[in-house]
Amino acid sequence: MTDAPFRIDCDFHLPQAAVTELLPYLDEYWTRQITDRAMHRMPFRLSSYPPNAPLTRNPAYDDLTVSGALDRFDLSLAVASMLHGVVALHNPDMRAALLRAVNDHLAAVWLEAEPRLRGAILVSGEDPAAAVEEIERLAGDRRFVQVTLLAMQEVPHGARFHWPVYEAAARHGLAVAFHAGSLYRLPPAVSGWPSYQFEDYVLQSSGFENILVGLLGEGVFHKFPSLRVVFQESGFSWLPTTLWRIDKTWRGVRQEVPWLDRPPSQIMDGRVFFGLQPVDAPGPAALEQVLRHIGGTGMLLFSTDFPHRQFDGDPVPEGFPDDARPGLFAGNALRAYPRLATDPAVPERLRTEEEPA
Amino acid sequence: MTRHVVAEASDFADREIRRVEAGGKAIALVRVDGAFFALLDRCPHGGAALSGGRLAHQVESSGPGDYRICRRDEMLRCPWHGWEYDLKTGQSWSDPKSTRTRAFAAENVAGDELVKGPYVAETIPVTVEGDYVVVELP
Repeated sequence: MTDAPFRIDCDFHLPQAAVTELLPYLDEYWTRQITDRAMHRMPFRLSSYPPNAPLTRNPAYDDLTVSGALDRFDLSLAVASMLHGVVALHNPDMRAALLRAVNDHLAAVWLEAEPRLRGAILVSGEDPAAAVEEIERLAGDRRFVQVTLLAMQEVPHGARFHWPVYEAAARHGLAVAFHAGSLYRLPPAVSGWPSYQFEDYVLQSSGFENILVGLLGEGVFHKFPSLRVVFQESGFSWLPTTLWRIDKTWRGVRQEVPWLDRPPSQIMDGRVFFGLQPVDAPGPAALEQVLRHIGGTGMLLFSTDFPHRQFDGDPVPEGFPDDARPGLFAGNALRAYPRLATDPAVPERLRTEEEPA
Repeated sequence: MTRHVVAEASDFADREIRRVEAGGKAIALVRVDGAFFALLDRCPHGGAALSGGRLAHQVESSGPGDYRICRRDEMLRCPWHGWEYDLKTGQSWSDPKSTRTRAFAAENVAGDELVKGPYVAETIPVTVEGDYVVVELP
């Protein structure tokens, strides 16, 4: 055993599989559909910026393999997702078939090859029945620890429409992650379509605010007491004012939503977690203020967002308190991910550790 | 103590909230199910006349979509910022869980179970003598 701290990355990305790589996981009908229609040549990229944009491609990572990245960041485990554009298809059957292929590819190619990886089941937020079917299909594989949905889709995340997905995930001990990304069927801003990518990128965080308010207001945490939620690539510097506003407004109108039986900021305690990167705070002083406003570091999970370029040097920003590092690296993730809390790869001393105060 | 007749009971409707004056003080006089309550007619938070407010209840829920009214008309809600004052004690409440602990005397409840609001409206003793509603002022 080394003395290096056990480090879990909660937001680590695998290279997007080409559609040709997914073909082996499709049945004959879908294989023929995809190839006959030449769809295997389509990129199905999800990002709103081009493949070679600085955010997408970090030159510092150019020669880094997945395993090399795990080494470089001293990662003991990484929750790995493959955000694939097939999630945006309209045809519900083709979409479900290709999502099954993405998840099977992830398990067969990546989870098999790299024991430090844990998997995320990518599902569509447009078809809860298909999502539940996919969760049931894969839940037996304990290497999957998370269900991933995009942050911007058509039906708000708190709506009862999605509840079967949360029920299935909670029942299987899978955390539900909302990752930055949009189907672009609705504008990223509720006031309409922006003109520039600059606007689009900044506006992503307001999508996460919408999700948080929705999950709380619609009573998701009351309905599914064991559900754990992770916001990925969401930032967290927007939390203080949002939490203040949520609690203040609730106090005045709580009779409309009586299942919120205490200030909502208390309800989300231990239920909602945020990936560390990207850190939007401009420096240590501002970071310290944000952490004070959100009541500490208990909801932050170490993340690199590899291979996206969110930081230079150390992923843990200057000013992050030293005594909170064990929680950031592992303790908080074990509370966020029920399956990691019982994962044989996690040292016993961490699994039995008391929750931080 | 000085006793002041402030209303005739037969002239006071159930659920009525009336501003009355006695001994130079404005009083919010309330009748609920035959019982009278009197609070100094000034919200300790921002100074609004509580008599301009409404009777308030609480809502309990077992989960999303479930609504059950409880503590019906046991509180007076200030018209300005919605602070709710217990008609019996004048205590304001800031946490709905705490408002359900009515079976317990406040002093017998552990601090973390009960979250009182920061304000207490001044209560005024009120009795009914014959047909007269009487308040007692120092």
